[in-house]
Amino acid sequence: MFSLILSTAVRYLFPLMLLFSVFLLLRGHNEPGGGFVGGLVVAAAFSFYAIAFGVPAARRTLGIDPRALIGIGLLVAIASGLVSVFLGLPFMTGLWAEPTLPVLGKVGTPLLFDVGVYLTVIGMMLTILFTLAEE
Amino acid sequence: MSLLASVLSGFLLALLAPIVVRLARERAGWLLALLPAGLTVYFIRLLEPVAAGQTVAVSYPWVPSMGVSFSFYVDGLSLLFALLICGIGTLVVIYAGSYLYKHPHLGRFYLYLLSFMASMLGLVLADNGLTMFVFWELTSLTSFLLIGFEHERESARAAALQALLVTGAGGLALLAGLVLLGQAGGSQEFSALLRGGRAVQNHPLYLPILLLVLAGAFTKSAQFPFHFWLPGAMEAPTPVSAYLHSATMVKAGVYLLARLSPVLGGSEVWHYLVTGAGTATMLLGALIALWQTDLKRLLAYSTVSTLGALTLLLGLDTVLSVKAATLFLLAHTLYKGALFLVAGAVDHETGTRDVTRLGNLSRTMPVTAVAAGLAALSMAGLPPMLGFINKELLYEAKLHAPHAALWVTGAGVLASIFLVVVAGTVGLAPFFRRRADLPKKPHEAPPEMLLGPVVLSGMSLFCGLFPETVANPLLSGAVSAVRAEATMVKLKLWPGINPVFALSVATLVTGAGLYAAQGTVRRAGVLGNAVGRFGPQRWYAWLLAGLNGLASAQTRLLQHGYLRLYLMTIILTTVGLVGSALLLSGDGIGPMGGIADVRFHEWVIAGLILLGALMAVTTSSRLAAAAALSVIGYGVAFIYMLFSAPDLAMTQFAVETLTVILFVLVVYRLPRFAALSSRRARIRDAGVALLAGGLMTMLVLAATVVPREPHLAAFFAQNSWLLAKGRNVVNVILVDFRSLDTLGEITVLGVAAIGVYALLRLRSDDHFESDRHLKEKGEECSR
Repeated sequence: MFSLILSTAVRYLFPLMLLFSVFLLLRGHNEPGGGFVGGLVVAAAFSFYAIAFGVPAARRTLGIDPRALIGIGLLVAIASGLVSVFLGLPFMTGLWAEPTLPVLGKVGTPLLFDVGVYLTVIGMMLTILFTLAEE
Repeated sequence: MSLLASVLSGFLLALLAPIVVRLARERAGWLLALLPAGLTVYFIRLLEPVAAGQTVAVSYPWVPSMGVSFSFYVDGLSLLFALLICGIGTLVVIYAGSYLYKHPHLGRFYLYLLSFMASMLGLVLADNGLTMFVFWELTSLTSFLLIGFEHERESARAAALQALLVTGAGGLALLAGLVLLGQAGGSQEFSALLRGGRAVQNHPLYLPILLLVLAGAFTKSAQFPFHFWLPGAMEAPTPVSAYLHSATMVKAGVYLLARLSPVLGGSEVWHYLVTGAGTATMLLGALIALWQTDLKRLLAYSTVSTLGALTLLLGLDTVLSVKAATLFLLAHTLYKGALFLVAGAVDHETGTRDVTRLGNLSRTMPVTAVAAGLAALSMAGLPPMLGFINKELLYEAKLHAPHAALWVTGAGVLASIFLVVVAGTVGLAPFFRRRADLPKKPHEAPPEMLLGPVVLSGMSLFCGLFPETVANPLLSGAVSAVRAEATMVKLKLWPGINPVFALSVATLVTGAGLYAAQGTVRRAGVLGNAVGRFGPQRWYAWLLAGLNGLASAQTRLLQHGYLRLYLMTIILTTVGLVGSALLLSGDGIGPMGGIADVRFHEWVIAGLILLGALMAVTTSSRLAAAAALSVIGYGVAFIYMLFSAPDLAMTQFAVETLTVILFVLVVYRLPRFAALSSRRARIRDAGVALLAGGLMTMLVLAATVVPREPHLAAFFAQNSWLLAKGRNVVNVILVDFRSLDTLGEITVLGVAAIGVYALLRLRSDDHFESDRHLKEKGEECSR
């Protein structure tokens, strides 16, 4: 089921959506956004890609099994909570690095945690979407 | 400290055992036996100090709020058991190295066996009731693993499960009993309970406590009517039968009775229940043993009989009966351990355990024959073996029983006569009978397998000749602990001519006569089969079948497989519970006021949502239904936006988009809606849907009445920037203030994704088959 309009549109939309998702993730701490909605946007981008070019192509572009992303995301989220444990503080105490980075702004464990949420949501949505589409 | 190490070192070695086996294949048994041997020495060195009244104890807080501590202490009783566990353990570990030499899972075997040893040590050394219970259950579990060790055989698996279910059920009763006992006695520690004496017996909970504790002890020690699991447990490799199901684990129930008899014992109920169960078990076990032909089953039933006798003695609750019980414990472990190990060696060398085929082995297996002969003499109660002294003491205790002495003595003599026959069949016939029909040409057993029988039967002889060596301080200490007063045990090999001696002689003569007429006895085996057919083994089978039947009946009732019925059940339950809570709470609901304030575009969005809902339920195209549902979703997202919740709105938009994509992927290959439901069913569904909608409306209106918590919003608004350095309060709550919740949620998401994946992928052809089968069945039912 090849559609010229869809595939051309996706070619332009796909990178934009990915960029937008990173934007949502990073601004989430101060403005509307965050890891959850960012992850959903990535999932939407990949599902458009899968509809336009097929699931195998989408999987190749993703480059990693979405199931692994679930695990990686959870590990990142837990690791962000463990940082404080190694410093003798309670689990999941928010820590912030002092100097702010140019693009990222303030960097701290809550941001790392949000990255974990982001990856888990991507992994979860794409696991379901790809599996359903391959049925 | 060293006491704690003595318990826990076994678990540590168990974990290392597979590595040791891999590295030191042939010598693994000898190497691993170093630990139990060392522990034996450690406990022997404790004998004198403990007899002198010194207490050895350690205690660590575990759950202090519930009075649970990880505590151990040593007295004469636990020391006797600890010595048996470690001593027999040493011999069995060495023996098993040779017995299972070629077995591919020898490492695993040692893992289980050593874990069991450590659990059993923990059981007898524990001071706290709940700590003891943990080890009690661990022995049941390790026993399960060991009985089912050759798990390729179905009979082994069934026997393992049976043993686990019976002892596990008893364990649950015991747990309840121990908790109640802790409440009634004011402490979970046995040492404190023992100091309190028999005061607990005036407590109103005494009877329930006693019944529950006895249920635990009787199942574990295979008392009638729970005895049937023990012969089944003979599916285990022979070293296990010798160790767990003769020398140690099955005596845990006896240990518990002895341990608690200074607290619970002595009452009339105790006397009737314990003595009664003990007598029945003793007679039944000895009787059934008569017509067994399998060496191990013979020994198993005679063990059942012995366990009954031990229980009987503890039920009598006199100084004499306790003395007899401790001596019997020792004597039985020595001769029965030897006989089991001999049975294993015979099986190993000849390839059969059938006593009707075995014979003539004294020439080819002379050392084994001597060991077996000595053990059999001790079992039959002939001088100068320890078994003889033991039988004298048994009869004396029974003759002096406080109630029904005549009956108890008569039963004891009868059981002993049967056991004389069993001793002859097991210990003498395979070696000295002329006829033989062996599948394999026998050789003498290897030294590892000779050590155990020789040492054990040698000790039966030595202790018989010099009984004072075991009487003090070993048995005196144990009796003092059970009687809760200092008691000296004096043993003599030759007590002189008296009524007891006359009984002993009569037992032997009758037993020998019966042994000679054995062919006739075995032909009476029909009776035994009848007992087997209608006995408790059958009840167990019925109970198990009933349980499975109940489970499948309720599964058929609840898990019918109709999605619409599941949905209806869930919705109606929710409406019922939440609705009744709402009505009963008596809080008013808010007025539907403020309609005039609704602006025009808000009306439009609300109208669109309603239209979408109508469309979704009336359309006959799945794609249209999906689109209509997303109209509802987008409409709700718009409302979020209008009421300044941009985060929520954005997420809702993304979710809606993905939902449509999901629907499109699925709908693509489904047929059009068909009108499957009748008109009545549709009206019913509409009613259910209206109920759910009505409930949600009520909930929203009720929520408007609840006063908002102004300080919560104020807290987050203030501290979001100060503490968490973020201005988006929603996101700060998600990733910082309540990040643990979020972690839980994303974990659930991950699990859900894996679940969906599994449902979609792991669908094989059989599932289709069973689906169709179910559907056909359903149609039959609906007709």
